[in-house]
Formats: sequence, structure tokens, C-alpha cells
Amino acid sequence: MHPLPPLLHNHPERIADEVRTTAERLRASYERVVIGYADCGTYGALDAVCADLGIERLPGLHCYDLYAGSERLERIFDEQPGTYVLTDFLARSFARTVLQELGLDRYPELRDTYFGHYTRVVWLAQQPDDELRGLAEQAAASIGLPLTVVETGDVGLDRALADLVGERAG
Amino acid sequence: MTPEEILQALYDETLVGNAPRVLELTEEGLSVSMEPQTLLFDALIPSLEEVGARFERGDFFVPEMLIAGRAMAGAMERLRPLLAETGVQTVGKFLMGTVKGDVHDIGKNLVNIMLEGAGFEVIDLGVQVAPEKFVAAIDEHQPDIVGFSAFLTTTMPMFKANMNALEKAGIRDSVIVMVGGAPVTQEYADAVGADGYAADASQTVKAAKRLLQEKRSKVPA
Repeated sequence: MHPLPPLLHNHPERIADEVRTTAERLRASYERVVIGYADCGTYGALDAVCADLGIERLPGLHCYDLYAGSERLERIFDEQPGTYVLTDFLARSFARTVLQELGLDRYPELRDTYFGHYTRVVWLAQQPDDELRGLAEQAAASIGLPLTVVETGDVGLDRALADLVGERAG
Repeated sequence: MTPEEILQALYDETLVGNAPRVLELTEEGLSVSMEPQTLLFDALIPSLEEVGARFERGDFFVPEMLIAGRAMAGAMERLRPLLAETGVQTVGKFLMGTVKGDVHDIGKNLVNIMLEGAGFEVIDLGVQVAPEKFVAAIDEHQPDIVGFSAFLTTTMPMFKANMNALEKAGIRDSVIVMVGGAPVTQEYADAVGADGYAADASQTVKAAKRLLQEKRSKVPA
């Protein structure tokens, strides 16, 4: 597994190029390369890279789809359009990947500018434990929103990865 | 402080987004009988233009733009009624809103900041704006341009619903329609029948000015 920088998710316009560069490099060393990204805000740019290189990616629009399933996620947003979604990764790295990236560490007065229309945080808990729960609560509190926990496990991601990796093996 | 010093300080403090100081300086300028349009056109707008330029160069990021925009917005609250009294003409009137079902507005707010910084009067309807609300607001405010913003692929289809509502109300040809948002492309804008699209805030300002100029040049003398 060859990870790309997680902060790319804050700049989704850069994901497709980064994936292309990495995938082209890895193809020299591996029989097969697959992409562990969903669309992730590239709005089709990643699909264009996949089509161009003849490789495949994880399904769905976001990792949220993989954890919760797209129908369940749709219900969550239908219930409250102003839902901010956390994953385990985001709960762990919230101060760096969200607060710092949005400048809220420097300009806390921008809180309403960013989150004024949000009504809750939903944590899609993949591997919930006391520490992560605490971090998720802390993340929600730091942007002044109530936390709802939706336990998803990793099963959706596991299944999608198995489909992706196993598809051509059979 | 001399008027020149006030203008320089207003420019500098807007650039760094010091909202309380920007408001103080605005008051100070008015208290020494400086014209509101002088404060706007010789300090606030140039400062916002510099913010936009730094953003384009990658020296400023979204938080810096937002904080500068907030500072200017505070000053504009104070200046807007005074400017109206003096009859200063704006570049144009821009009605803006995020479409129904979508609560995302950071991009829209950045566009608002840049438009106001370029001398547009901006009327922001906020988020989750239903088609009928756009129609009513166009009737009420008679804008030159209406902007539809969407951040989600699932809410982009509201552009077409809004266009249909404008058609049905018989006001489609009275207003320029621009669309934008992260998932939006020129192709999508064309497909829904919008007049304009831009990929980011500063491009929006350029496109808005161009579209407005084109429309005004077509009006018979």
C-alpha cells in the first residue's frame, strides 16, 4: 500500500494528478495497481485518470459512502442537510486537518462563517473506543455542534476493497 | 491622523482582516468629513483587490480571504446607507444564493467578498434558497445578475429547477444567470442554460463584468 498525503483531501483538485503520478510510477514495479480513493471531490477527474491508465478505484463519491453505504448516508443528509461528517481519521486529526486548515486556530471568529449552517456532527465510527469517542466529542464541541454516533465498522470498506482487488484474480 | 494616513491604515488593516480596527478607521474617516466613496474606492476596494491578487498567487488562503472580507463587510455596513444617500453608482447588482437542499456557502461567500470588493452591490439570500424565493427576490431587487451556487452533485440539478422557475415567472430574459460551485463545469452551466460560469471567485468577477458589459451594449440607446 502506497499512501498519498492525507491533506490532499483539503485540495481535491490536486488528487487526480497525484494519483496519476504515483500510479504510473508503481506500474513499473507491480503487476496491477488499484486506487484506494473514491471520487473524493475530484468530480470525475479521478475517473478520467483511471480510464486513461486502465486502472480501477474504490466505488462511491466519498469514503463516507464506503463506511456507511450510500443509502444510509443519503438518509443521514435527508434528516439534516446541515450534517458534518467525521470518520475515525478525521476525529483523530481534527485539530490539524480541519481547525488548522480552515484557519480556525488563528481566526476563531470564522466559526460561524464555516459552520453557521451546520446543525450536527455525525461520526461514522469504524473502530470506536473510548479514546476515539472522546476525540470525536472534542471535535464536535470545538465547532459548537452536537455529536451523533453512527457505528459503521469497516465492513463496507473491506467488501469494496475485496471487490476491487479480487475482481480480476478470479 | 491625516486623511492619507487613515486611507493607508484602512487599506493595511483590511488586508490583514482586523475588523474592529477597520470599523474604527471608517468612523474616524467619516468624523473628519472624508467622503464614504473615498474610503470605499481609495482604501477598501484596493485592499480587497490586493487580497484577491495574493489569493491567486497562493500567498493568501481561504481563511485570509474570509477574514479580510469580514473586515470589509463591517465597514460596508456603516458606509452602505451613506453611499446610497450620495447616489454613488455601483458596478451592478448581484443577487446570490446557494440552491435548495444545499447548506454550503464558503465558496459563495468568497465570491460575494470579491464582487463587493470590485464594486458590485451584493444581495445574498443565504443557503437552501428555493426557486420561488429566487423569483421573488429578483422581482423585489431587480438585479443585473443572479448567481446560483451548489457544492453537491446531488443539488446541482436545482440549477435547472431555478431556470425553469425563472422561465415560468417570465423573468428569465430580464436577468443574467451565473452558476458556480465545486462540482460545476462550463459544460454543465451550458446544459442548464446559464449565461455564465466561473471556476473561482476572481474569475466570477471578471465574467460578471464581461456579461454585464455585453448586456448593456445590447440595450438600444
